Amino acid sequence: MNNVEINRLKDKIFKYFGIACTFFGILMLAVFLIKIGMDGIARIDWDFITSLPSRLPQRAGVLTAIAGTIWVLILTALISIPIGIAAAIYLEEYGKKDRLSKIVEINITNLAGVPSIIYGLLGLEIFGRVMGLGGSLLAGSFTLALLILPMIIVATREAIKAVPKSIKEASFGLGASKWQTIWHQVLPASFGGILTGVILALSRAVGEASPLIVIGALAYVPFVPSSPMDDFSVLPIQIFNWVSRPQKGFIINAAAAIVVLLIITFTMNAIALYFRNKWQKKVKW
Amino acid sequence: MYKLEAKSINAYYGPKHVLKDISMSLVPNSVTAFIGPSGCGKSTFLRMFNRMNDYIDGFAKTGSIIIDEEDIYSRKVRVEELRKKVGMVFQKPNPFPKSIFENVAYGLRIQGITDKKFIQETVEKSLEQAALWDEVKDDLKKSALSLSGGQQQRLCIARTLAVEPTVILMDEPASALDPISTAKIEDLIKRLKEKYTIIIVTHNMQQAGRISDLTAFFYMGELIEIDETKTIFTNPKVEQTQNYITGRFG
Repeated sequence: MNNVEINRLKDKIFKYFGIACTFFGILMLAVFLIKIGMDGIARIDWDFITSLPSRLPQRAGVLTAIAGTIWVLILTALISIPIGIAAAIYLEEYGKKDRLSKIVEINITNLAGVPSIIYGLLGLEIFGRVMGLGGSLLAGSFTLALLILPMIIVATREAIKAVPKSIKEASFGLGASKWQTIWHQVLPASFGGILTGVILALSRAVGEASPLIVIGALAYVPFVPSSPMDDFSVLPIQIFNWVSRPQKGFIINAAAAIVVLLIITFTMNAIALYFRNKWQKKVKW
Repeated sequence: MYKLEAKSINAYYGPKHVLKDISMSLVPNSVTAFIGPSGCGKSTFLRMFNRMNDYIDGFAKTGSIIIDEEDIYSRKVRVEELRKKVGMVFQKPNPFPKSIFENVAYGLRIQGITDKKFIQETVEKSLEQAALWDEVKDDLKKSALSLSGGQQQRLCIARTLAVEPTVILMDEPASALDPISTAKIEDLIKRLKEKYTIIIVTHNMQQAGRISDLTAFFYMGELIEIDETKTIFTNPKVEQTQNYITGRFG
C-alpha cells in the first residue's frame, strides 16, 4: 500500500467510527424506548389515564400526576415567560454593554448549569418556608420557573440578536421610541425563536422530579388539585415512586407512565420544531 | 437663514476622535453631498443630524447642531420628535417585513394616528412622491420584501416622506442598486429638493456632481472643503480635494 491508499483507508475508518458515534446515543435511546414500550404500552388504557393512585397496581392510574403536570406546566409558563422575556429584552436592548452587564451575562449562563436539586433546595427555603407556600403547586411552579429562566433568557436573547440592526434603525429613524421598536419590530421578528426556546424550556420543566421532591411534592395525592395552593404530584415523581416499589405491577405502571411522559415532552418538542421551521421560512431579509 | 447648522462638532467613539471641529451651514431646499474615502467620518457626521449615534456605546460629542434655530442636542428636544422632522434613508434598503402599505403607514401608526382615511391618503401621497405608486398600487397588501431592491429603496423613501420631515438624510442610498434604479433615485432626489433639505453621503463622484448643490469633502475626520459642487469639481481650493476627485487617492 502506498501513502495515498493508507490515507484513504484512515479516512474510511474515521468515517465509520463517526457514524458509530453519531448513532450511539440514538441507539441507546431506541433500545430503552423499545423496552419501555413493550413493558408499558399494554398497560395504557383510558382507566390508567383517569384513575387515582392506589396501593393496588392494577387499579392505580396517573390522573393526579397528569393533572399536576398540566397545572405545573401552565403556572410555570405564566411565571417564567414574562420574567424571562422581559429580562432578555432588558439585557439585549436597554442594558449598557459595560463590565457589570458582562458579569450579569456570565452569571445567567452559569445559572443554566446549576444542578436542579440545588434549585429544589432554594425553592424549599424561599418559596416553601419564607413565603409560606409549603409543598403547593405554586411553590413547585416558582421553583421550576426559576430553573428554566436562564434557558428562556438565553434563547430569547439569541432570537432578539438575530433581528437585523437595519430594521431597528429604520424604526428609530421614523421617530419610534425604543419600546415601540421592540414591540412592533423586534418581538414580532423574533417571535418564532422565542417560542421555540420557551417550549423547549417548558418541556425540560415537565420532566423534572428532583427539585419538586425536595420542596415536598407528594407521590400519593388522592385528589386532583383544584387550586394553585393544593398539594400535588407530577408524572416524574409518580414514576420515581413506582419504580422504587418491589411489586412487578408497579414496574409496569412506571413503564406506562414513562410512555405518557415521553409522549408529552416529544409532542412539545415537535411543536417547538414546527414553529422554528415555520418562522425561519417566513422571516427572511 | 440657514436650515441646518453644525457648530464645531467633535465626536468620539471611546478614545477614537472621529470628527474634528466640523462646522457648516446649509440653506433650505438644497442638496448637499458628503464625499470622502471610507472611514473619513462622513456617515458619522450625517447621523449627528438625527442623533442616530445616541445608541452607540462609547459615543460622545461636543459642539452643537442647530436645526430650525433649535439645538437638537439640548435637553428640551425629544429625539423621537426630532426624527420625525429629520428623516433618514439607509444604505441597504431596509423595509420592515410587513406589507407595502404597512411599511409606509408605520411612522403614522407609532404616532398614535388611527384615522383610516388620513392614513390611506398619506400612504398614497407618499408613494406617489417617491415615484412608486404606479408600480405598487394594486399590490399594497403584498409583502415589501417581494419588491426589487430599487423599489424597496423607493419604498423606504416613501416611508420617510409619510411622517412629513423637512430634512432628509441619505446614507449612500443608491450604492446597493443597479444603474437604472440609481437613476430613478437620483431623479427623485432632484424633485424632492423642492420641498426638502437633503444631505446625501455618496462614494460616487458623478452622482455628487449630478444631483448636489453643495459638496463637502471629508478626510480623516476633518472637513477639508465645502463649496458649490461646480467649484469643488472644477476648481477646488485644497489640493487634497483635487487629488481625491481626480482619483489619485481614496
